[in-house]
Amino acid sequence: MQKVLELKNITKSFNKMKVLNNISFSLYSNEIIAILGDNGAGKSTLIKTLSGLVHADSGEMLVNSKKIDIKKYSISQARENGIETVYQDNSLGLEQEIHRNIFLGREITNIFGFIDINKQKIESMKLLKGFLGLKGLGLSSSSQVSSLSGGERQGLVIARAVYFDAKLVILDEPTRSLAIKEVKKVLDFIKELKNHNKSAIFITHNILHAYEVCSRFILIDRGEIKADINKSDISVQDLQNKLINIESL
Amino acid sequence: MFEKFKYQFSIFIVLCFTISTFIILVPEVFLKSNIYISYLSIIPFTAFLALSLTPLIIAKEIDLSFPSIMALSGFVFSQTYISFENTALSVFLCLLVGCLAGLFNAFIIVKLKVPSIIATIGSQFLFRGLTMILSDGRALSFIDIKDTFLNDLLVGPWFFFPAQAFWLIVFAVFLYFILFRHKFGNSILFIGSDIKTCKMMGINTNKVRMFLFVQMGFISALCSIFLCLEMGSWWPSNGEGYLLLVFASIFIGGTSVFGGSGTIFGTLIGAIIIGIIESGIIAVGLDGFYTRFVYGVIILIAVCTHSKLLKKGNDD
Repeated sequence: MQKVLELKNITKSFNKMKVLNNISFSLYSNEIIAILGDNGAGKSTLIKTLSGLVHADSGEMLVNSKKIDIKKYSISQARENGIETVYQDNSLGLEQEIHRNIFLGREITNIFGFIDINKQKIESMKLLKGFLGLKGLGLSSSSQVSSLSGGERQGLVIARAVYFDAKLVILDEPTRSLAIKEVKKVLDFIKELKNHNKSAIFITHNILHAYEVCSRFILIDRGEIKADINKSDISVQDLQNKLINIESL
Repeated sequence: MFEKFKYQFSIFIVLCFTISTFIILVPEVFLKSNIYISYLSIIPFTAFLALSLTPLIIAKEIDLSFPSIMALSGFVFSQTYISFENTALSVFLCLLVGCLAGLFNAFIIVKLKVPSIIATIGSQFLFRGLTMILSDGRALSFIDIKDTFLNDLLVGPWFFFPAQAFWLIVFAVFLYFILFRHKFGNSILFIGSDIKTCKMMGINTNKVRMFLFVQMGFISALCSIFLCLEMGSWWPSNGEGYLLLVFASIFIGGTSVFGGSGTIFGTLIGAIIIGIIESGIIAVGLDGFYTRFVYGVIILIAVCTHSKLLKKGNDD
């Protein structure tokens, strides 16, 4: 299997306090893994590092076997390398039209920068009906994002990542503060990623959600990886116990 | 269709209602072309400024200094013309001063992270004060500018038609395409909706915000040129009366005070409504003091309608 991402000894400190300490792991194509840990474990910093929002102090990062300059790594470089991030607060403009949200920053334009609105709408409808499976009568790519449910909004962001052919989708607590029905939708969207031959890193507090969609679990505590376990080797109950007793690992 | 443009429809109906009311009350004035030609020469000043400020309001920013930028750049235009009698140089220096004033605002707001309302309250005093110091508080007269090509080009009239109205339409159409059809405008809409989202999507929000303040300075300077040409003179108080009229035009036009949405058509109609009320009230025979009262009523009705139609605001 091809390695989509490889981290070697990634370290990051804020004010002399190590928040990531020699983080090393690999992610393979068509694999969905979970990064689990308590508050302050370093999950958010790890995501920000992978997304290009934060620069690691030291270590090596390889994306699709290509070495990345971690000091110059940025959001746009992450996207160029096929890494898309789905943040817990959607990263959507709620009063803007759906098609504008999907193509924000990557609009379909002519050479003068004018947007081909019709083309954007057509492509957006394909995504809404295809990946999201939305078939509402009043559904239109010109609708405001605020007309979608919480789960559908997360789905839209995931669909956006798929549309732009991301190789790796980082999901930062996408099920947080969603109703049960909406959580189900989002988990289905995440499972759907596999059908599109994508890899994903799922960051969550909820072990049940992680266990449902992931094939591997990386447990981190105070910036260090404490365990890297395959789903076939552990039950959900044992995973929960390991996480509760993570300090003793 | 109606759902999408409901506010534009409603504001257009308000305009039709206002004109109809004046036609019924004073047909001898409002059924003749003179009043409308007069509107075409006066309304563009407010409308230009309101249109230019609309993208800033959409991006959740504000600029209170544009009347002072008008005064300062207008002074540079007038003084240069009086000194050198060179319209091209006058226009160039005037627009340059406008852009620099906008850049000054942008630097304080974007780089020093001072909220735009506070920064531009300060800069409006600064620019006005600078204008007073430079001009020694004296007005300038240069009526011979009426004979120049610049005057014919910018204010005309072209066969009784004030040229500034034509340039206003050109500007409005251009701004519409930039705001709603160009990727730069897309960034403005999303900065107003959620600036964090914009940053996460890799958009250089600081660059966009800086440009918005610079263009406001540019249009303020351009407006001061129109005003100087129309009047053939310049006063240190140039631009002072426009502040509230411009904001009224924008908010009547349906631009959201919460950012993220607004329309060019709405602002244009808002400026027309604001423009016709004053003369309409006087033509009806009411005291000029009623003008502000009527402005107040219309503005409040407009913003309440907007809030109701878009169901946005403080839900508490």
